[in-house]
Amino acid sequence: MKFTSVLAAGTAAVLALGLSACGSGGDDGGGGGTADVTITMLPKNLGNPYFEASTAGAQEAAEELGATVEEVGPDTASPDAQVPFINTAAQQGVSALVVSANDPTAIGDALDEARSAGTKVVTFDSDTEPQFRDLFVNQASAEGIADKQLELISDQIGGKGEIAILSASANATNQNAWIAIMEEKLASDYPDIELVETAYGDDDDQTSFDKTAALLQSHPDLKGIVSPTTVGIAAAARYVSTSEYKGKVAVTGLGTPNQMREYVEDGTVEAFALWNPTDLGYLATQAAAALVAGDITGEEGDTFEAGRLGEYTVGADGEVLLGEPYVYDASNIADFDF
Amino acid sequence: MRTHARPWWQRALLTREMLTILILVVAWVVASAAVQGFDGPLTITYLVLDVAPVLLIALPMTLIIATGEIDLSVASVVGLSSVTFGLLHQAGLGLWVALPVSVLLGAVCGAVNGALVAYAGLPSLAVTIGSLALYRGLAVGLLGTTAVTDFPESWTDGATENLGESPYPVITLGLVALIAVFAVLLHATPFGRNVLDIGRSSEAARFSGVDVKRTLLILFVLSGAVSALAGVYYTLRYGSARGDNATGMELQVVAAVLLGGVSIFGGRGAIHGVVAGVLLIGVLSSALRLEGVTVNVINIVIGTALVVSVVAPRIAGGVRVRRRGAVGQRT
Repeated sequence: MKFTSVLAAGTAAVLALGLSACGSGGDDGGGGGTADVTITMLPKNLGNPYFEASTAGAQEAAEELGATVEEVGPDTASPDAQVPFINTAAQQGVSALVVSANDPTAIGDALDEARSAGTKVVTFDSDTEPQFRDLFVNQASAEGIADKQLELISDQIGGKGEIAILSASANATNQNAWIAIMEEKLASDYPDIELVETAYGDDDDQTSFDKTAALLQSHPDLKGIVSPTTVGIAAAARYVSTSEYKGKVAVTGLGTPNQMREYVEDGTVEAFALWNPTDLGYLATQAAAALVAGDITGEEGDTFEAGRLGEYTVGADGEVLLGEPYVYDASNIADFDF
Repeated sequence: MRTHARPWWQRALLTREMLTILILVVAWVVASAAVQGFDGPLTITYLVLDVAPVLLIALPMTLIIATGEIDLSVASVVGLSSVTFGLLHQAGLGLWVALPVSVLLGAVCGAVNGALVAYAGLPSLAVTIGSLALYRGLAVGLLGTTAVTDFPESWTDGATENLGESPYPVITLGLVALIAVFAVLLHATPFGRNVLDIGRSSEAARFSGVDVKRTLLILFVLSGAVSALAGVYYTLRYGSARGDNATGMELQVVAAVLLGGVSIFGGRGAIHGVVAGVLLIGVLSSALRLEGVTVNVINIVIGTALVVSVVAPRIAGGVRVRRRGAVGQRT
């Protein structure tokens, strides 16, 4: 009786293994002729629309290059969960691994092993410590993000008037760095725009919503709100869209198309910025292919052709910068789903 | 009543444990033949490194489940010990101090569980679901969302390094030693006999002179200490002490123990079966990952294997009882 039970369980498991082996055997036969470059795409987790967009970009690049991309990943974004997938890539001896790191150090050893097995490692979106990878494809620089947001708000309020910033928490490292640059540039390049207040919504939807209301009440002449955080901008847009300020107070900043779609469509928000994750995955894959081909080694000053995005140069610490943040507005928001 | 219709050597081979081992061997052979990249030396290295924490925790868990109890707080103890180890290191204490202190804290966590189960008489399922939340809460609370990562390389390398040129990591030695200790404890000592007796009937065990409470307390303390040791290993392997380390690992441990043939109702179980159960899950995950199967499908395969291994004996038992016309028989 005990025999039967485990026999049943084991048979099921081994059958599943055998079946999957047969299935993939077919795939290998189909694509093995031309595609020598194999790339494993390892996002932070699967089922995340943002990373689905970056993987779509990776697939697009792979098709142009005649390479094959396989997306693998854990279902939760914990660092240790990525390690088995990195190990698997090393076992398979893939040409390159393109990874968004869940932790800057925890996956370091596994990446080291993969690299000593000959796999090139490119990080994108989230970097590891520089010694663990060949290249980091950075989505945006702090300067680029600050500049783009000022450009947007200035366009939307006609170049002058009072604005406020709705940030994440008061000690959020990224936001504070961007705000510091924005304050500097406001003083030097936008003399007619006055920053009257920086409020903190703590990256909490309700708090950000309430802070938006408070900003609008305490500054009756407010012309625009810049929120350099996806939670903040969505909450601010939601408040403004149902208030008397709709169409009078501009809302912009960093947002995601899915959160902002209805506010762009109803006219509350004219345009907002974020990098384009599809381009990010595309560039990371192009960079990985250039490493595999030996066109670049990841040294500062190396240049490579990245298909439709043009030529890129490797910067300090092996970083490649995607470019200026991407602007989403009514004309293009329908093309994105993340 | 079981009649010994088969000769002893057949009975020895037809145990549930032998079957798990057989399936493990078949899975290994199938994977080596059919899965590209599986027969390389890296497979063994990664397999040992990956299964080590689950294997460690499964050893005391085998004894606990064999008594009919369960400890679901183990993964939270891993997290808490990881955080403790990291914080002590951050505070400037040597790792030779941080290691025993972390393990001791794990033993205390286990003692709290054990006291509530054995002396307050509360069901272990309820107690350890509570302490699962409690210890995880403490772990995340102590370190927040940050991580301690600056462990000395001599230690982190030690956790992943191989024995000379062999594909076996150094930690294999420690694992084998602990497996031997627990195998002897369960199968060759009066303590181990008591564990199985409690699992068959706690009442009967008490009447025959077994100190049930003390035995349970010892088991939970062991479970806490070994989980904490696994937590230190986990921290060094990934070079990262975080409050959310090993979240959900308790289910992998229980799955491996049950796949290894330990009865969830207590009273029967063997260490060699559990080791095979742990390795079986490791081999299946590794092979399916190499095949590019997504993690959800891997979970479905392992989950199905587990459910079948737990449900099938009940169904088979029911069928047999009905066929014999016997009533009230429970294996």
